[in-house]
Amino acid sequence: MSESQGLQIDWAGLAPLVIVFVAAFAGLLVEAAVPKARRLPIQVALAVAALAGAFVAVVLNADKSGAVFSIGGTAIGSVIIDGPGLFLQGTITMLAIVAVLLLAERRTVKGGDFVAEAAVVADSAADVEQRREDGATEIFPLTLFAVTGMMMFVTAGDLLTMFVALEMLSLPLYLLCGLAKRRRLISQEAALKYFLLGAFASAFYVYGMAMLYGFAGTVDLAGINQAGVSSGQPRMFLYIGVAMIAVALLFKAAAVPFHMWTPDVYTGAPTPVTALMAACVKVAAFGGLLRVFNVGLSSSAWDWHLILTVIAVATMIGGAIFAVTQRNIKRLLAYSSIANAGYLLIGVIALGEAVGQTMFYLAAYGFTVIAAFAVVSLVRDGDEEATHLARWAGLGKKSPGTAVVFTILMLALAGLPFTSGFTAKFSLFAAALQADELGLVIVGVVSSAILAFPYLKVVVLLWLNEPAPDAPTVNLPSPMAGTVVAAGVAATLILGIAPGFLLDIVDQASTFLNT
Amino acid sequence: MDEISYAPAEGLLSFTWALIALPALGAAVLLLAGRRADKWGHWVGVTTIGAAFALALGLFGSLAGLENKSAFLDLFTILSVGGLDIEASLLFDPLSAVFCLLITGVGFLIHVYAVGYMAHDAGRRKFFAYFNLFAAAMLILVLGGNYFMTFVGWEGVGLASYLLIAFWQLKPAAATAGKKAFLTNRVADVGFLLAMFTMLGTLGTVDFAGVFNGAASLSTGTSLAIGLLLLAAACGKSGQFPFQTWLPDAMEGPTPVSALIHAATMVTAGVYLIARSNVIFSLNPDVQTAVVVVGALTLLFGSIVGCAKDDIKRVLAWSTVSQIGYMFLAVGLGGGAFALGIIHLLAHGFFKAGLFLGSGSVMHAMNDQTDIRRFGGLWKKMPVTYATFAAGWLAIIGLFPFSGFWTKDPIIAAAFAREGWQGWVVGGAALLGAALTAFYMTRLFVLTFHGPKRWTEDVHPHESPAIMTGPLVLLAIGSLAAGGLMASPVTTWLTPVFGEQHEIHGHLSHTQVTVATTVAVVLGAALAWLLFRNGTDEVPRAAAWPVRAARADLGGEIVNRGLFERPSRLAASASVAMDGRVVDGAVNGLSAAVGGSSRRLLALQTGFVRSYALSILSGAVIVVAALMVVVTQ
Repeated sequence: MSESQGLQIDWAGLAPLVIVFVAAFAGLLVEAAVPKARRLPIQVALAVAALAGAFVAVVLNADKSGAVFSIGGTAIGSVIIDGPGLFLQGTITMLAIVAVLLLAERRTVKGGDFVAEAAVVADSAADVEQRREDGATEIFPLTLFAVTGMMMFVTAGDLLTMFVALEMLSLPLYLLCGLAKRRRLISQEAALKYFLLGAFASAFYVYGMAMLYGFAGTVDLAGINQAGVSSGQPRMFLYIGVAMIAVALLFKAAAVPFHMWTPDVYTGAPTPVTALMAACVKVAAFGGLLRVFNVGLSSSAWDWHLILTVIAVATMIGGAIFAVTQRNIKRLLAYSSIANAGYLLIGVIALGEAVGQTMFYLAAYGFTVIAAFAVVSLVRDGDEEATHLARWAGLGKKSPGTAVVFTILMLALAGLPFTSGFTAKFSLFAAALQADELGLVIVGVVSSAILAFPYLKVVVLLWLNEPAPDAPTVNLPSPMAGTVVAAGVAATLILGIAPGFLLDIVDQASTFLNT
Repeated sequence: MDEISYAPAEGLLSFTWALIALPALGAAVLLLAGRRADKWGHWVGVTTIGAAFALALGLFGSLAGLENKSAFLDLFTILSVGGLDIEASLLFDPLSAVFCLLITGVGFLIHVYAVGYMAHDAGRRKFFAYFNLFAAAMLILVLGGNYFMTFVGWEGVGLASYLLIAFWQLKPAAATAGKKAFLTNRVADVGFLLAMFTMLGTLGTVDFAGVFNGAASLSTGTSLAIGLLLLAAACGKSGQFPFQTWLPDAMEGPTPVSALIHAATMVTAGVYLIARSNVIFSLNPDVQTAVVVVGALTLLFGSIVGCAKDDIKRVLAWSTVSQIGYMFLAVGLGGGAFALGIIHLLAHGFFKAGLFLGSGSVMHAMNDQTDIRRFGGLWKKMPVTYATFAAGWLAIIGLFPFSGFWTKDPIIAAAFAREGWQGWVVGGAALLGAALTAFYMTRLFVLTFHGPKRWTEDVHPHESPAIMTGPLVLLAIGSLAAGGLMASPVTTWLTPVFGEQHEIHGHLSHTQVTVATTVAVVLGAALAWLLFRNGTDEVPRAAAWPVRAARADLGGEIVNRGLFERPSRLAASASVAMDGRVVDGAVNGLSAAVGGSSRRLLALQTGFVRSYALSILSGAVIVVAALMVVVTQ
């Protein structure tokens, strides 16, 4: 077979994916071959090294743009390396490193927050037994598989590859949600809910993909965009296809009214897993949305503009209002994640004008939210996390350091100047204005003002209330969780005070291939 | 109108950034040095502010020598979004120059005073750190070269004031007040943000020069929207109607805080914002009318409530609300009255800071009591405080030849000069406000310093130490003289910002207004003297409905509840209904005992997967249907 006819693979472009994928399999082998007591350090080192390696590979690809696979010089669009894809891959790997460190925290809960088998009947003898054991280390290869899926999701150039990536990132997450050592039943419930609804959403995706294939004769995103102008097929296929694909992606992104799973799953899942979902999955989901709408559906923008606008408004307002009454810090962060999905949708609707700013927002939000969940995992009533807000009263007096950190994170989420939350929102809204989306920006500002209230209530609670006599203890984090918090806060402040360097990067990386 | 352009900063003026850096540096040192700095930390605060004042004087001198009367400094690019670059730029022009002098000058005196006032407070170092932080943020606010920078300072002063009000964390009232201040300010900040985004959307810039030069091309609706949004922001920050209630509550903080933030500087930020945006406000008569109405309403509101309060700091707080009402009135009248508002602001900065610090000195002597019904006869015990307070009192009521006379009278005259019936209404309100001001300030003065002693048994009044009386004396001199000395030169000085001033002609001549005002003031003061020279009851008497209404802040709380609490509670209950979960009480109200119920609540997880799936399905149906509808049209 001559060189020109065979399949050519740009291995360098594929390297980030391959590194993480191979490391995930290696992690499985470690589980099989290494004695239990020594698995943890090896797994953590392997996962961090793989993710760091993938990040380096992403950076080395920086100026690349093109399809990874080609046959005889003709590009096959299944995996596309371009600016946004690389930036999002880099963001996912960075956030995943932080999340892995949080997964590895062993000091706050002895033996870790995870059990080995998700499906054991809660509170049965076997369950009680497994809770006594040290936490499972299978979580690391599972995480790496999910991260591979996410990285593939943001670089997938056709709907089919994207679907494979979607399943690949979802399945390990369903399992991870069910592994919490405390409150087993809620954890299992979360896993089951997430799985059932996720499967439901996947069905929408497949159906939508079929419709779009019927319309365009291809699942290639660029091809679908082309067909939007020139196809002779009834446009009905296009509309149903767009709607179905949008539903599936908006489900992952937690937009109203596809958001209902979010608070339950965020609360039930082990906190480090919640952090992974809130940060990395959010990036992946919006990476996918950005690519589908920019590359595949920009030619039919007029058709979907209104409905996506309605969804964005509902998400911004709904998420913010729901958040106001939350009493549980994890639920509060869940609803805030919904509202933030609304702001990010503005970036999707604004198409090319706001791609860079949306990516900036994703990176900024990811670091802040991961650190926030890390702090949540430190504040404990005995063995359990003290997630009820009333238990946080007066934390500033008992552990001022933790309270200062959490205050910074809350102010960032509330969008005050000098934090990444402000620069991210401001630049995203400013970009949306350039796409003439003044109405959405107004709703966004109002929504973020509403959303500021619950955050500030937490701040008030931390500093201005008297601690209860049996107030929760703040566990001193090990270097693992300590690094997570430090990295999150550092990113929050740096991106708030001097965001220029990252804004330059996203600016250069904001053009999708084939648009 | 002429093209507005700012000259690049040269020479000393290119060090304008140091004005902000000095207090910020002080704050950083105080916060980072920790307990080690407890002994000497406050002097770092005082020195940095003092240095900033010296620098401000130097810059002022340099600016006076320039032809263009402006210095513009681009520091670095903060955000770059597509074609839009937002710079960290500073503008030093006549308007920001007078604000800088006020902030650093009065701020320096208050800092010195606070060294004595906070001497026995364990958290003095932290207090000075926040104090410096506030000064830095306030300087960013007035020096910002575009709306973005102004907003950064705007939020910064909000945060610093929140920290400072809540400084005495153990007082629950202080905590609540801090929260109220912050929440009200957030509501108003939405106005600022929306104004900024509207500018970005229509003019594509938030630079002062760009916005002012482009403003003429805006449609009436847009300029109206921007103006009203900015007005909402200004009302929130400056405690103007309908956002007035947070300001008096904020007096729970330490007295120097009240003096600096809630009298001299931060609360005047709203006036600054309107004055800075004078081009936008001058474009649209409807916006101007709105500003005038807000100002007139608030000045009456504040002075009426001030008559009925018995807490020395609260009377001063309501008087601040009312005096800022005068400033709003002035900047709302537009034209030459812009400068009048600024001059009144400067004079007010002196006399109100002096009055607040004087009240702190009185509280110092009276074991931190604030009830004027339990004061009386203090003039003998604390002569310096008495004399300086008297200076502030004469200045605020505006008797010839003291400060207020030179600054308030022209505003009243300008109000009468408004065309048609509006002139009579607004001018009448301003005149009535002057009489009421004379009444409640005289009442405060007489009840505190004259008449029989009504002290509680455990107090032994004494004069405050020199470190506190020194600033009082300087501020008193400022109070007496500032108005007369500044009125004319400052108007000229501000001409490059507001344009040439024209002689104001209206319903009444200036002489007629002066006579009317003087009569009103003398009547108000004399009435208060007659009523209160023999003291007052030590408990409130049953009173007629106007007094009761005034004691209840004229229903301000009710408005507050209607405007903020009820909608948020409605939103809350809507959210509960949607969420299917029981919610009880407010977050803060939840006692630690509720902790146990969190587990119960979580065990009660009612969220059925089937209802979630139904939600997704119906969402999908709506999406498809909507797409069809859009398309078939």
